[in-house]
Amino acid sequence: MTANTLMALTLLIPLTGAVLIALTGRNGNLREAVTIITAILLFAVVVQVAGLPTDNPRPVWVMGEMLPGLEISFSPEPLGMIFALIASGLWIVTSFYAIGYMRAHKEIHQTRFYVCFAIAIASAMGIALSANMLTLFVFYEVLTISTYPLVAHAGSSKAKRGARIYLGILLGTSIGFQLVAIIWTWVLTGTLEFTDGGILNGSASGVVISVLLVLYVYGIGKAALMPFHRWLPAAMVAPTPVSALLHAVAVVKAGVFSVLKVAVYIFGIDLLQQTAASNWLAIMAAVTILLASIVALRQDNLKARLAYSTVSQLSYIVLAAMLASGTAIVGGGEHIVMHAFAKITLFFCAGAIMVASHKTKVSELNGLGRKMPITFFAFFLASLSLIGLPPFGGMWSKWLIGMGAAETDQWVYIAVLMISSLLNIAYLMPVVVRGFFYKPGVGGMENHHQGDLFKKPEAVDPSNPVLPTVWKISKFEEAPLLCVASLSFTALGTVALFFYADVIYSYLLPIIAR
Amino acid sequence: MTSQLIILQVIVPLISAPFCVLFRNARLAWLIALVVSWITFAIAIMILGIVIDQGPVSYLLGNWQVPWGIEYKVDLIGAILLVLVSAIAAVIMPYALKSVEKEIERPRIYLFYTMLLLCLAGLLGIAVTGDAFNLFVFLEISSLSTYVLVSMGKNRRALTASFHYLIMGTTGATFYIIGVGLMYMITGTLNMSDLATLIPAVADNRTIQVALAFILVGLGIKLAMFPLHAWLPNAYTYAPSVVSVFLASTATKIAIYVLVRMVFTIFGKVEILDILPIRYLIMGLAIIAMFSASLIAIFQVDLKRMLAFSSLAQIGYILLGLSFDSITGLSAGIVHLFNHGLMKGALFMVAGAVYFRFGSTKLEQIEGLGKTMPWTMAAFVVAGLSMIGVPLTVGFVSKWYLMMAAFEQGYWPIAMLIVLSSLLAVIYVWRVVELAYFREPAATSQLKGGIAKQDPPLSMLIPMWVLSLATVYFGIDATRTMDIALIAASSLKGMMP
Repeated sequence: MTANTLMALTLLIPLTGAVLIALTGRNGNLREAVTIITAILLFAVVVQVAGLPTDNPRPVWVMGEMLPGLEISFSPEPLGMIFALIASGLWIVTSFYAIGYMRAHKEIHQTRFYVCFAIAIASAMGIALSANMLTLFVFYEVLTISTYPLVAHAGSSKAKRGARIYLGILLGTSIGFQLVAIIWTWVLTGTLEFTDGGILNGSASGVVISVLLVLYVYGIGKAALMPFHRWLPAAMVAPTPVSALLHAVAVVKAGVFSVLKVAVYIFGIDLLQQTAASNWLAIMAAVTILLASIVALRQDNLKARLAYSTVSQLSYIVLAAMLASGTAIVGGGEHIVMHAFAKITLFFCAGAIMVASHKTKVSELNGLGRKMPITFFAFFLASLSLIGLPPFGGMWSKWLIGMGAAETDQWVYIAVLMISSLLNIAYLMPVVVRGFFYKPGVGGMENHHQGDLFKKPEAVDPSNPVLPTVWKISKFEEAPLLCVASLSFTALGTVALFFYADVIYSYLLPIIAR
Repeated sequence: MTSQLIILQVIVPLISAPFCVLFRNARLAWLIALVVSWITFAIAIMILGIVIDQGPVSYLLGNWQVPWGIEYKVDLIGAILLVLVSAIAAVIMPYALKSVEKEIERPRIYLFYTMLLLCLAGLLGIAVTGDAFNLFVFLEISSLSTYVLVSMGKNRRALTASFHYLIMGTTGATFYIIGVGLMYMITGTLNMSDLATLIPAVADNRTIQVALAFILVGLGIKLAMFPLHAWLPNAYTYAPSVVSVFLASTATKIAIYVLVRMVFTIFGKVEILDILPIRYLIMGLAIIAMFSASLIAIFQVDLKRMLAFSSLAQIGYILLGLSFDSITGLSAGIVHLFNHGLMKGALFMVAGAVYFRFGSTKLEQIEGLGKTMPWTMAAFVVAGLSMIGVPLTVGFVSKWYLMMAAFEQGYWPIAMLIVLSSLLAVIYVWRVVELAYFREPAATSQLKGGIAKQDPPLSMLIPMWVLSLATVYFGIDATRTMDIALIAASSLKGMMP
């Protein structure tokens, strides 16, 4: 197949999947089969696209002209392909997980859930492959809107409030800052193509460049740089598969990916080094890393704790971009992968715990590890990866970002990374410790009903099939097999990534070669 | 043949209006209106094609030579307006059948269509004529019929709304004709092209400047420029649904067209926007309108009223584009004329569908409609996203060019204001979306076997979706509309693209 066909397929497959899911919505099993097949097909195609030459000249597929002189066009590029591979690959795992979770958790509107999910993945693919800033922006906004129904899924007043914050901050920052920056760039340079070495060089004064950088970085609200991070904890009202794939991988990674993309291909590393604002934004990223970790420490709700942890981890990548060093940027790209595997595992575990025991708070987890050993062990592995210990993938990306800080003589950020690792231990390990070493039965058994979050369907409905919430093996009471299998897979992935980090590294190297 | 098209564009609806009265039959009147609107749409498309290929076309009434006789002349911007007005008319006629039967007593329906056709003829006439006085005639034809149409609303307040509109509208038209009279006094001509050549010599004349002032204020009322907009919210709210759709999409747009004609054609050679500080006046008023009207829209409890205030804000965008006085700004304004016509038409059609079912457009009626009127509310979401200016919709295209125009002249604070005010649109659109999708439907629509589907009949649903999908189509591929708008803007500015 030609490069153009392949790139077209990456968009068409999930969109067709969405239509088919909607059409087969009456029959739960058929619908889920469609989801899985779509996800597998998509991943296969993305692997093909990733195999295309990513050196110059890259193949470019022009889908059409949107405004005179401005095209919607796509092109495979190392950073984007890494993001696409992660999002599409983990979609397969998440789909399996979601089947177990949605059924055992007796969620309603499952068809809408799977349809929106597929559209969200399609827009993530659009972002990953975009060849210019306009294309990226278009799909960025589609992603925001298609995930809105997922966040508001439960329909309760709490979900509605969360979804309102979600939409408000993401639309507000993207229209209020990012769009302004894009149009300004277009007026200044007459192009929005992602170009090696950047396009802004020499087109405006230092002050304007600084303002633009701030507009871009804050305009990409999905990167959750403080103070525009509130949407991410708010989005945790969504069903856990959404939190896992979208708010630990696809959506947030679309954000930090866009930041990297803007840094490398709109500004260029050289220009970034000379821009005063990059120093300030690096400080802001460091502050976010530390503050969000501290806030995470204080969260009793497990998903909220993980959300703040994500806010903190995303800023590693923003920091990597703002250090304006090639090594750090490759490290940032690698951190997209490493964090994705670790964080999706953690969310899978949180969801499994919620399904099997209806526990949502860290303080209620005492002794639960003895009942759910696989889940808690997976949580342990993923935590270690997030902390950045060997032999887990998370070590390498931290290492590279730290190297980048050293290369550019910004030693203070190495200290920030180390303090952050310590904080990671402090907010993740209690979960494992409570699970395995505390005595069970202390606190919180009465908390079976989480209000309207757990709305149960009145009648048995073929489009909302249900599963038993617990999978009993001997004396253990794990979540359904599909959930446990998925989270074990991603947990093992964090280990595997330690050994294969080099592959990612050499794949990403071309982006800083010039 | 080509020049005859221009006169046919006006004559066809004008002549057929009396036929509706002749037969006094509701269905027959509707049929006539339907056929006529489709014919005028076809003619408009043909004219647009000809103008794109060959440049402006003109037709001399009774073959009296210019400047003695009346000349009809259509250039690109005129052709764009012809297409917009006739397209909206063609789309709402099928919609009107059921909606009008519901809202107007049967014996008066034929009168309704008569007035609608007259209004259509008037609006089209304004866009084709090249004569400043003849323009006044058409302005009055369209206005008088509009007053009648508004007064036909079911709510008794439609009468006061219409009366208010009548007073304001007549004042506006009178101001306009005073201005034209003053110009005639100095130059001795009413032909627009002729005026354009004669004005530069007398531009410093106090009488001409007074004339301009009268014309601007008069048109300001007609196009609902802040703070001359007071007639609009009530007129749009209490008019029959079909009339709200038609007026919101066309009437104010035509008034803006006249303003463009005056400023850029008749006064085009004297850079009037720079000589007098009108430019900054319009810019300031436009920005105030964008914010104040959007803010007021947020607090409305009636869907139609909310949309009316939103229209005021959108008129602000268009005027802002014009006030930049650059090709980009002008083309942004022109394209937004068209784009806003599409999306506001779709939104008012949704309001009309809600009225069709519940006899009210209060926001509490919207609760739960996501379930009971799924197709109607989905159309609202699509057109509403366009109102916000989300990519892949026409709203995005307008905003992109508007902001580009601001940046080109270094007005970056204005660019920021544009995005800020569009964030206000997020609030008032999303308020409705949340009501529709997160509230349970009213008890009356809960049936035993589930929920009653209450989408309006297809004759209303299809036109609604035609407009909604058009907002997406022209948002994904904006090259055609933008190219035309850019050429129209450059020719108005007297430059070849």
